[in-house]
Amino acid sequence: MKHEVIEKNSALLGVLIAVVISIGGLVEVVPLAASSEMTQPAPGVEPYTALQLEGRDIYVREGCYNCHSQMIRPLRGETERYGHYSLAGESVYDRPFQFGSKRTGPDLARVGGRYSDEWHRRHLLNPRDLVPESNMPGYPWLERRSVDASQTPKKLQVLRKLGVPYTDEQIAAAADEVQNRSEMDALVAYLQMLGTASQTWK
Amino acid sequence: MSSGFSIFVVVVTLLNIAAAVWLLLWMRKRRGEESSTASDTTGHVWDGDLCEYNNPLPRWWLWLFILSVIFSLVYLVLYPGMGNARGTLGWTQQAQFEAMQAEQERKSQAMLAQFADRSPVELTRDPQALAVGRNLFANNCAACHGSDGRGAIGFPNLTDNDWLWGGEPDMIEASIRDGRQGVMAPWIDLLGPKGVDDVSAYVLSLSGRKAVSGNPATGKAQFETICVVCHGVDGTGNPALGAPNLADNIWVYGGSQLRVNESIAKGRMGVMPEHGERLGEVRVKLLTAYVISMGGQHGVTTAGL
Repeated sequence: MKHEVIEKNSALLGVLIAVVISIGGLVEVVPLAASSEMTQPAPGVEPYTALQLEGRDIYVREGCYNCHSQMIRPLRGETERYGHYSLAGESVYDRPFQFGSKRTGPDLARVGGRYSDEWHRRHLLNPRDLVPESNMPGYPWLERRSVDASQTPKKLQVLRKLGVPYTDEQIAAAADEVQNRSEMDALVAYLQMLGTASQTWK
Repeated sequence: MSSGFSIFVVVVTLLNIAAAVWLLLWMRKRRGEESSTASDTTGHVWDGDLCEYNNPLPRWWLWLFILSVIFSLVYLVLYPGMGNARGTLGWTQQAQFEAMQAEQERKSQAMLAQFADRSPVELTRDPQALAVGRNLFANNCAACHGSDGRGAIGFPNLTDNDWLWGGEPDMIEASIRDGRQGVMAPWIDLLGPKGVDDVSAYVLSLSGRKAVSGNPATGKAQFETICVVCHGVDGTGNPALGAPNLADNIWVYGGSQLRVNESIAKGRMGVMPEHGERLGEVRVKLLTAYVISMGGQHGVTTAGL
């Protein structure tokens, strides 16, 4: 094939470019999609409870991932500060995952249990009440707004279609679990769960 | 990775390298009808006079590419890359991480060993021990107790002379090592809003303060049936239960009547997480020494040591 043919035929050029750049993906991504390390939960990892799931949605809505990662890399400096490095099997129920790419604040992959519930409440209302040098914004409206319980069972159903093993009982009880709970309750429940599975690995 | 995918990865990788080599060799010189054209250009003309040279790849560039192909083959033999093959060096990311961690653990154990057989009180006299304690405090304690140790609403001040669980070195060490849970039950159902006002009025009067609302005399009677169990008859608290002294005008959860009412009505749930297992015995001791050095401890005399 003369390169004049490729140069003058942009559709063909596009197809050939796609072939070339997909080779890396074919080798690095495709086999992972079928690997049990990536698709099966790590020991102790359970699907989110209804309240935690709502908290996770608030985490996404408020854009927490813009400043907080949830990905501890296997580097000593990170594991010293945050705990065991993150495993792929810890994110199997995350759609989308919350790895993040920037740490204005600390990594949150194992923040669960590190502080008390009360600490999280006060800190989310106004971080500077507890950490004077903090530049994190406050989220006072979380305490005033309640979770929309009518959507919760649907969310669980959709996730079940995507492969999260929710039982019928869990879906039936989901609305009651989040009824009249504040968004603050939900977010704290989510944060207090993060990374706690790793505590069973010792 | 299953063996099917392993073979897939090996085949795609090798085909890709072979294709790159073929492309290189093919671009080495002009060929076919291109070589027979008289001029050195591709024959395209833009804007009347813009042409494009049709030269083979420069030699230095060609050799650089060939060297990188050789490098990639050597790399794939030494390191994991060909599907499930481990590579002849046996390198893994995990092993490298563990070696790094073991090295650090060795260094920090050597550093900590010099403090291991001294008591926290003795360590308060060693500037190096306090420097290590200060770093540990900043990493593990400052989020709640503040970088200066003066606490925040709901989180005790460590620099005053008031201790919820006792200020003796052993008690401070136990608080850090095993954690604490300071629970106060909610009393709104039993007392009602008026009763809460009365009790808080009495509680404020213990430190000589006047309440905005509520009758301290009525509150006293209720205090003596309900609150004395933990806070004592005179309201001076009980460090065995973590029940605060209510008579010293030092307030963990705030001393306004609004805050005291909130404590009585809704109860409080103070949690100090345990740090013994995560930090280890010697680091807990260093932290204890640092907390003592903040000046708030009592019941210890460092003189004569």
